[in-house]
Amino acid sequence: MSIVEQFVTMDYGPAPEDPREAFAWLDRRSRRFGHFIGGAWQVPLDAKYFDTTDPSTGEKLADLAQGSASDVNAAVKAARSALPAWQSLTPHARARYLYALARQVQKHSRRLAVLETLDNGKPIRESRDIDIPLVARHFYHHAGWAQLLEQEFPGLTACGVVGQIIPWNFPLLMLAWKIAPALATGNTVVLKPAEFTPLTALAFAEICQEIDLPPGVVNIVTGDSSTGEALVAHPDVDKIAFTGSTEVGRAIRKATAHSHKRLSLELGGKSPFIVFEDADLDSAVEGLVDGIWLNQGQVCCAGSRLLMQESIAELLIAKICDRMNTLRVGPPLDKAIDIGAIIARVQLDRIQGLVDQGVAEGASCWQPSIPMPSRGLYFPPTLLSNVHPTSVVAQQEIFGPVLAAMTFRTPTEAVELANNTVYGLAACVWSESINVSLHVAAQLKAGVLWVNCTNLFDAS
Amino acid sequence: MSNVTKAPGKTPSLDKRTTEAPISPADTALAHLRGRALEANRGVPLNLDWVEDVRINTSAVERRAQTLGTRRTVKKDWQAAWLLRAISCMDLTTLSGDDTDERVRRLCAKARQPIQHELVKKLAIESLEIKVAAVCVYHSFVETARRALEGSSIRVAAVSTGFPAGLSPLPERIDEIRRSVEAGADEIDVVITRAHVFGGRWQALYDEIASFKHACGPAHMKVILGTGDLLTLRNVARASVVAMMAGADFIKTSTGKEPVNATLPVGLVMTRAIREYANRTGFAVGFKPAGGIRTAKQSLEWLSLMKDELGPSWLKSDLFRFGASGMLADIERQLEHHATGRYSADYRHPLA
Repeated sequence: MSIVEQFVTMDYGPAPEDPREAFAWLDRRSRRFGHFIGGAWQVPLDAKYFDTTDPSTGEKLADLAQGSASDVNAAVKAARSALPAWQSLTPHARARYLYALARQVQKHSRRLAVLETLDNGKPIRESRDIDIPLVARHFYHHAGWAQLLEQEFPGLTACGVVGQIIPWNFPLLMLAWKIAPALATGNTVVLKPAEFTPLTALAFAEICQEIDLPPGVVNIVTGDSSTGEALVAHPDVDKIAFTGSTEVGRAIRKATAHSHKRLSLELGGKSPFIVFEDADLDSAVEGLVDGIWLNQGQVCCAGSRLLMQESIAELLIAKICDRMNTLRVGPPLDKAIDIGAIIARVQLDRIQGLVDQGVAEGASCWQPSIPMPSRGLYFPPTLLSNVHPTSVVAQQEIFGPVLAAMTFRTPTEAVELANNTVYGLAACVWSESINVSLHVAAQLKAGVLWVNCTNLFDAS
Repeated sequence: MSNVTKAPGKTPSLDKRTTEAPISPADTALAHLRGRALEANRGVPLNLDWVEDVRINTSAVERRAQTLGTRRTVKKDWQAAWLLRAISCMDLTTLSGDDTDERVRRLCAKARQPIQHELVKKLAIESLEIKVAAVCVYHSFVETARRALEGSSIRVAAVSTGFPAGLSPLPERIDEIRRSVEAGADEIDVVITRAHVFGGRWQALYDEIASFKHACGPAHMKVILGTGDLLTLRNVARASVVAMMAGADFIKTSTGKEPVNATLPVGLVMTRAIREYANRTGFAVGFKPAGGIRTAKQSLEWLSLMKDELGPSWLKSDLFRFGASGMLADIERQLEHHATGRYSADYRHPLA
């Protein structure tokens, strides 16, 4: 196609990010990784490996070590023996390590963003502009807390050795959310990244080496759920920190109930996205784009349940459909696409299954007629309307780019519908009236409340 | 006065909503929006509900505007094509106290040949015959511009109605329009009385703009809102909707003389207002950001704003213009880079 033809069509055309540096990094490691234990790379004790693939192409990216109970044990031992020296450091000294981690993340930000996109399938724009900058921000922020620890938290002591299990939806960011505060407060960690997305965690391990982090302070053990189970069961772990599905969270709670272990769980959500008639509707639609179509909807706090005031429902739906027609689904490394690939076949099937069930229960399903890639694991942005609280798509977390919409008559009914869920992660309210927005927000049973915005994250 | 309370054409049902329907060659509509044909704006009676209904959340608008440049990008040949499109949508402008006939003639020469011949050849785009959309000048130079642009399809736009402040007596402002139209201006860029917006005197604003439109006769009217003066996005949205109801062919952000001129948040609010008006009435109004647009990169951001918010009809000079001059030089340098891999000094490109 010549410039003359493109002048007529005004297509966006491809705008690919260059993955060569990330591939070169993988190649330098021979595309095969061991565990990072005691500051060194260890071959897995039973020499078993598993693959990680790029969900947009199906291509294998690397071999990862499958962590056995013995590998986990070695990591916990390393974390335990590193603990006294780590705790005896001055707060300032720990802060300097955290600061150095932040700096290295920034220096390697492009490579980390590309690796994240290759492994997870999220658009490069998101990993470049959201994920990686937030990772650096978390380490900077917690360097500050590390410095101020004794003044701000006098008399409190660290847990000790923390076992951390993180999900695949924001791999490096979830690692930062866990490791930064743990290290800042004088703990040492054993972290198991998700089976689907271990690569940026391993790149982070290399960064720990670059800054000469004392061996054993951070340990990374890769593997599947059995590795996680071994970590949860290990008697010498003082605390388990888990982010992931509610189902697995329940299992971990059961497994640790009899033990001394502290536990923190960050689980699923079916967060309400409430739009009142006096909202800036166009802005609410943009909020939905950020709320349910960011990261292919694979966000725990995604505003996946749209509650619309009856009087503006038809107009809002029309605006949403118009906006969905402008969303671009395509190769995650393309800088101008909005929606990338779904993490894995099992998730894709799950999303499709829940949508089908919703439709069978009476929901109307609408998807825009936009070009979809011919290969790779993609799911189009989807709007389900005529949804009622009884429907599975109103109750169950779908974890995909699927918005379920229903109406309400009054603020009281909005609150009732919003709170009619087993979840309570987040919620957002859209209204230009201070009275309505603050009054409703105060009644919503959710941990994070956004007014006239959504999915705004910061370390603070 | 009867108000239009229900817009012609209800919003289509969910099932039928698709991307742009295929356009038949015989289709002469001014524009299409999500498959619906739109006509040139004839104005509608003032509907105060449409003004009162306006709800703009500034933070949310700023957030969206901030990522416009990061969510979309065009590279290589596509970028070259988009930059050429930007040129074809430019109103090359000179509105300085030191303007003279010869200065205007020089600008018109650049308007006819915005890209130097060697570069046109290198890019192999002779067949496109790229020229700007219009030249925009003060009334004194309308005749000079008209003569200099004779035989080309480039339009002459005159700023009018006491530009830039717009505070001369109304009869004089209307006379000014008539004189420019008689002198041969194809388009008139008028300014609104910002005080009407601050005072919420919507009827007065509507009447003023409607009288300007009447004086324009066959000429197209662009209504400059003075967004740098209006300041709040709510004011911008309300002034936009009144201007469109009063018959604006285009709504334009600013005079270029304000402390802050065209910004993406303002553009977003105005394009959304245009979309709303089109959905309610079936009329297509054009958009012109003016002032503060200096770089090729900015031109691409504005084009992707138009493409995503309104669609391909608003990527043409019928419905989209850049009020700019310096931007052309940056675009030429960018095109030179595309052709040769090198950036040239700006003195290597003919002066506008």
